[in-house]
Amino acid sequence: MRSIRPYVTGAIALAVAAVIFVMPFVFVALQAVKSKSEASRLDFELPAQWLFWDNLVAVFKARDYQLVLAYFNSTLITVVSVTILILLSAMVGYVMQRRKTAWNRVASIALFMGLMMPPAVVPTIGLLQDIGLFKTMTGMILIQVAYNLSFSTLLYRSFISTIPRDLDEAALIDGAKPRQIFFRVILPLLKPVTVTNIVVQSIAIFNDFTNPLYYLPGKENVTVQLTLYNFQSMYTSQYNLLFMNILLVTIPPLIVFIFFNRQIVAGMTSGAVKG
Amino acid sequence: MIETRPRSRKSPYPLWFFIPAAIIYGVLFLVPTVSSLWFSLTRWDLSTAEFIGLENFQQFFSEPFLVRGLVNTLIYAVTTSGLKTVCGLLLAVLLTSNIFARGFLRTLVFFPVLVSTIGIGITFTVMMHPTKGIINVTLETLGIPGPGWLTNPALALFSVALVDLWKGVGLATLIFIAGLAAISPDYYEAARIDGATRLQQFFRVTLPLVRPATVTVVTLSLIGGLRSFDLIWAMTRGGPGFSSDVIASVIYKQYQAGFYGLSTAGNVILFALIAAIILPLTLWLNRRGVEE
Repeated sequence: MRSIRPYVTGAIALAVAAVIFVMPFVFVALQAVKSKSEASRLDFELPAQWLFWDNLVAVFKARDYQLVLAYFNSTLITVVSVTILILLSAMVGYVMQRRKTAWNRVASIALFMGLMMPPAVVPTIGLLQDIGLFKTMTGMILIQVAYNLSFSTLLYRSFISTIPRDLDEAALIDGAKPRQIFFRVILPLLKPVTVTNIVVQSIAIFNDFTNPLYYLPGKENVTVQLTLYNFQSMYTSQYNLLFMNILLVTIPPLIVFIFFNRQIVAGMTSGAVKG
Repeated sequence: MIETRPRSRKSPYPLWFFIPAAIIYGVLFLVPTVSSLWFSLTRWDLSTAEFIGLENFQQFFSEPFLVRGLVNTLIYAVTTSGLKTVCGLLLAVLLTSNIFARGFLRTLVFFPVLVSTIGIGITFTVMMHPTKGIINVTLETLGIPGPGWLTNPALALFSVALVDLWKGVGLATLIFIAGLAAISPDYYEAARIDGATRLQQFFRVTLPLVRPATVTVVTLSLIGGLRSFDLIWAMTRGGPGFSSDVIASVIYKQYQAGFYGLSTAGNVILFALIAAIILPLTLWLNRRGVEE
């Protein structure tokens, strides 16, 4: 009796989880490969014809290849802002953890505010217009850096406390300049938390909808989440294409998840429970 | 000549490391946040701002649909946070116990956390369709008349909250799993020797000792719930009527309509709401943690 119990509970849990967590994804995938009329019934019937390729091409071609442009824009924003984020938050986390000055208090309060407070959107738009960065990729990238800096820094700060100070001192005695200690000695040692940061932040920024909606309007600036939002009104009669689009937008996080599952989990939990 | 300065007087941790981050954060986050306090007191068209005192706030609190947004924000945040805490803890207990396919189940529960909120919103909107949606079609075959999940004004906000739970419970579960892993098995051993039942073990050992994780989950999900916008916007646009409007969607609607001062006033109200809830909560939860 005792030995079969884990299997029984496990099987029940699997069945329930399959219905609750897998069905929606199956539903998306199924509608994405159907014809327009079959998809409009919104059921679980298998398609008479599997139109994966046709639908894929149709979604990419829609609105003058808008989705291609969107993928380009989203990727650019994600890559550049994550790179800047990593560098700046590692620098801040390092000095905050190592050097206790009055500025630490200021930085801590700023971090806490950044985690808690929603951004003041309209004043930010006004400001971006004043400095000429509204509706620009540069503006969007800097916004993503500003909004995600707190979380990144927090992860770095707690990780840096695990690196012994002796290392800094050894490098100092060897004649390294402060800048070199950080870039040559510390930054390479931060690799595990850097990977976590890259994964978590790129998923967050790639999936972000609200900020591009506010700060990056305009056809030429479209991001993948915005295409989805635009397609929602456009494709109410073409559910097959709408769901093909959802499927395509889900693939990048899926790939990241398959490769970095363990780092995400480790980073999220260490950052969350200790922080 | 510069080299003759003794090295030891200069800290190896340069303060200029703060500067690039401080500039970006200061200009793009702090300046707008502080200036929103001023702009919320103006009639504003993005170029000229005319001071009108508390008129925006007066208007906000005298329009029933704006007040509705405030009330809905509270309901939504408390509902989602409560559900995520309870379901997350129960799932974490299940997924740390000795069951079949544990790793796979953890993966399954966590995956929606990473998926596009807009994609999830659209998918569930379709599945919650009152007549064609698979949820109601399934219920019908079981003989239960399904409700209009998103079309019934009394239900729409809670339907979105359920989808929020579906998407976010994985993160709560993950945090609780980390918290549970930190509890020494000795406590359970001792409890078993004393003859504690499984239920007693849960309430007397697990629940008190998993407290740091609980604090994290409650705080995170409350903040998330109070700020929530994208899922609600994707699923209902605040409707039907204003029945699922929250402050964040009110801010967006007023912005779209060109009422920049009023929109910013909404933002200030959201700041105040978050500060009024989260600050005392954090202080209270952390103080109790230290006393133990």
